[in-house]
Amino acid sequence: MHSTEIPKAIEDALETCHGTTSRRDFLKSSGVFVLSLSGARMANTGGSGSGAGSQAPVTPTAAPYLDPDFRLLDSWLAVHEDDTVTFYVGKTDGGQGTGTAFRQMMCDELDIAFEQATLIMGRTDMTVDQGGSGGSDALERDAWAARRVAAEARRVLLEMASERFGVPVDGLAVSEGVISIQRDSSRKVTYGELVGGRRFNVTLTGRNINATTGVAGVKPVQDLKLVGRSLPRYDIPAKVDGSLEWAVDVRLPDMVHARNVRPPVAGARLIGIDESSIRNIPGFIRVVSRGNYVAVVCEREEKAIEAARLLEVEWEKPTTAPFPSSEDLFRYMRSATPMSLTRATGSRTVPLARVEGNPDEALRTAATVVEAEYDFPFQGHTAIGPAHGLADPSDGQMTIYSNDMKPYSLRTGVAEFLDMPREQVRVIWMHGPQLYGRTAADDAGFEAAFLAKEIGRPVRVQWMRHEETAWDTKGPAFAFTLRGGLDGEGNLVALDYRARVADYAHVGYNQPDTVLIAQLMGIRPSRPSPGRASAPAEMYAIPNRRQETLVVRFPLAFETPLRTGNLRDPNGPQTTFAGESFIDEMAAAANADPVEFRLRLLRGSTEDNETFMRARSIAVVEAAAEAYGWDTRPSPKSANSGRILTGRGIAYAYRGRTAVAEIAEVEVDRETGRVWVKRMVCAHDCGLVINPDGLRSTIQGNLLHGLSRALHEEVQFDTEKVKSVDWLTHPTLRHVDAPETIDIVFVNGDPEPDRPDLPPYGAGEPSIRPVAAAVANAIYDATGVRIRRAPFRAERVLAALEASGA
Amino acid sequence: MSNVTLKVNGETHTIDVDPSTPLLYVLRNDLGLRGPRFGCGLGQCGACTVLVDGAAIRSCVTPTSGVDGEITTLEGLSADGELHAVQQAWIDEQVPQCGYCQNGQIMTAIALLDRNPNPTDAELRQGMNGVICRCMTYYRIQAAVRRAAEAMAGDRSGSGDAGREVNL
Repeated sequence: MHSTEIPKAIEDALETCHGTTSRRDFLKSSGVFVLSLSGARMANTGGSGSGAGSQAPVTPTAAPYLDPDFRLLDSWLAVHEDDTVTFYVGKTDGGQGTGTAFRQMMCDELDIAFEQATLIMGRTDMTVDQGGSGGSDALERDAWAARRVAAEARRVLLEMASERFGVPVDGLAVSEGVISIQRDSSRKVTYGELVGGRRFNVTLTGRNINATTGVAGVKPVQDLKLVGRSLPRYDIPAKVDGSLEWAVDVRLPDMVHARNVRPPVAGARLIGIDESSIRNIPGFIRVVSRGNYVAVVCEREEKAIEAARLLEVEWEKPTTAPFPSSEDLFRYMRSATPMSLTRATGSRTVPLARVEGNPDEALRTAATVVEAEYDFPFQGHTAIGPAHGLADPSDGQMTIYSNDMKPYSLRTGVAEFLDMPREQVRVIWMHGPQLYGRTAADDAGFEAAFLAKEIGRPVRVQWMRHEETAWDTKGPAFAFTLRGGLDGEGNLVALDYRARVADYAHVGYNQPDTVLIAQLMGIRPSRPSPGRASAPAEMYAIPNRRQETLVVRFPLAFETPLRTGNLRDPNGPQTTFAGESFIDEMAAAANADPVEFRLRLLRGSTEDNETFMRARSIAVVEAAAEAYGWDTRPSPKSANSGRILTGRGIAYAYRGRTAVAEIAEVEVDRETGRVWVKRMVCAHDCGLVINPDGLRSTIQGNLLHGLSRALHEEVQFDTEKVKSVDWLTHPTLRHVDAPETIDIVFVNGDPEPDRPDLPPYGAGEPSIRPVAAAVANAIYDATGVRIRRAPFRAERVLAALEASGA
Repeated sequence: MSNVTLKVNGETHTIDVDPSTPLLYVLRNDLGLRGPRFGCGLGQCGACTVLVDGAAIRSCVTPTSGVDGEITTLEGLSADGELHAVQQAWIDEQVPQCGYCQNGQIMTAIALLDRNPNPTDAELRQGMNGVICRCMTYYRIQAAVRRAAEAMAGDRSGSGDAGREVNL
């Protein structure tokens, strides 16, 4: 029988991946890690009778795995006797420095040095449930609770010191975890001396975890010492020297390896399996199948891969084609009957469109009308490391090691799927390939747990590249039709925006009836959860508008490789590509400079919202133009000649409370059609910046991810299956494509520049939003040819250039 | 199964394994190394890269029996507790986001700088082009390779510690 304890080596690795490498050996040798575990355990069993100061040895990993109570201070942080502190937060870090930023903010509120702290993330039995990651909300929303709790701990520690010294709190000073008497600085006490290794036993309040608070308030921004500094990310050294143990690296005693066998045709039905086809493979253990789900399990990983390849399975093709081919996709989407043109509100049905003014009349009487169609294909998350999970069923419990960015819903979903009590299931989040949303990491966690329960041994499953690229959830395809009308003075007086999205098989996170294994087994919701189309987020003052956003479906809505799921800034890149390309088309029709045209639309109203989005939108557009050195003139550039054509384009959007304007400078090779974005400028306003270099890294990655989706990425499929199965058939941005220069300007809070009290807003996603449009607008500026279909692959651009005679 | 002998990071190992097993699985599952990672199994992405006698190879498509030379993995780069100049440059430029591919980026950069200590920008891009990063850290990777090239040139000319200033 296996023990439910996490092997020591993995505990060490978990410490490594959450701690600083420079401190790792010290932590190990000083036993701090053991203390931090017992600290968390104490937090988990609050009220169980272990009094303050109890250091009774407990097994930190035994079930039941209770939910840490967010209303207990001890659930969020533990002070150790050596004056170090462990923070516990319910977020994950996909690689954008969320952990470092949280540590900066919590250290600041607690008044300790950055080096005094470690941070544990996303471990369902040890960290409070903040939902994991998603929505660019870590710093905008979740960090507030963490900051308030750290501030409360500081308040309590000052009270303790006050009592010890018989000096009022306002007669005390605190620095780096040492409290001293202001009038006699020789008298001091450390946090560790006050509470090290013991519980605070302080209750917090708040109707939900986001509202968690103690009595203390957070510091004014002016008093923060670590926030605003480019502290190096604590996780980077161990990622560079090979010492970090990731979810993909975990090896347990008696562990076996599994690989999935997918239907060769979407919607195919399993008829039979010939197990004898692989029985002679050394170390073969079992074929596991239920419904249309099939997996092979072997002692060794490479043998499981071989077995999955060689297993003979008979499938029956569906009688109806599951979806159109990618060549036929946009025609299909435009001619399909949408799921609904109306929605019910009370007793009335209203059109599924937002209308302001009278767009039809305004278009009828406009001096100039422009109409254009734009297409944006399905795109994959295509994580660099295919989905994986390791599940340990020892002692009737289930421990899942995963990089899923939502470990809490993975835990709940698996418990429901396997019909196990939640308290017997836990998920241990560890570092992994960056996901950018709802990926097959969810599915792989369920698969590992199911197989582990079947086999009775720890099972590690990893998807193959072809599986990841073909079967992971997709960002949905869009087909757009836009019409715009200019008056005699070149003002945009009408805009008719109609979007159709192929998002009917949209799956949420870790739902036990939408994960792929469940759907292949025939478990499914009563109806698919249709996603939704959306419209660009901008502050343009256009008096007459229609925004119609419709969903279309394919015949196959379940167990389909064209299932859709959140992909970084869901719908944003697609809708902004259409919206901001079209604004450029209207500017060209008005013979206006693209920056001036946008500024005129932004200044067309003085109404603003509570986040000053109009003023901040104007500020980012102006800042981008200034940083670029924008030359005011209409597009396209005249007198462009030679093989390499150059041009520049701008696009702008906001997402949530963050505003972004971007300028792309392109070189278009007239002979090959290749587009190289030589320079990118991003003016970015996400309010308070916690770690400037971390934010720059995030934006750089975002811009290049946007370039990858604008230039390369497209899921290809025929009427039976997805044909994109690797890095050749779903290409990605590469080294040769990287811009020569990326200039990032933090606008940070205009209309009152450098306003120090502006809160932090999300930054993980907004800057991907305008990229494709900025590039398309730059291609038009360079060549006079408008590319209305993403991605702008060389052959597509070349064909467009040849067709136009450019 | 049969015994295969490999020299990895200065140590000799004899492993009882099917000799056709891709080297990646032997390094990861038999020797417990974490640097080389599974990314595609097709030799397309580079996440599994290791050095064999200094040359970068894709361990996911290299049969274990086909390895003739000394293998170095990410774990074997540091000497006497000192990181390799390329690793140090990766920290100084704060390159990784998730870091999953960075093994391949670092190993490929080392092999590139070994062949060509002072690459032009075009040579750098071409030399690194086969290694994919889905966090899209290419911009910082290229800066780090340039920084490492300078540091290594400085070390060769005896000027010591060039390029160690942390980039903040």
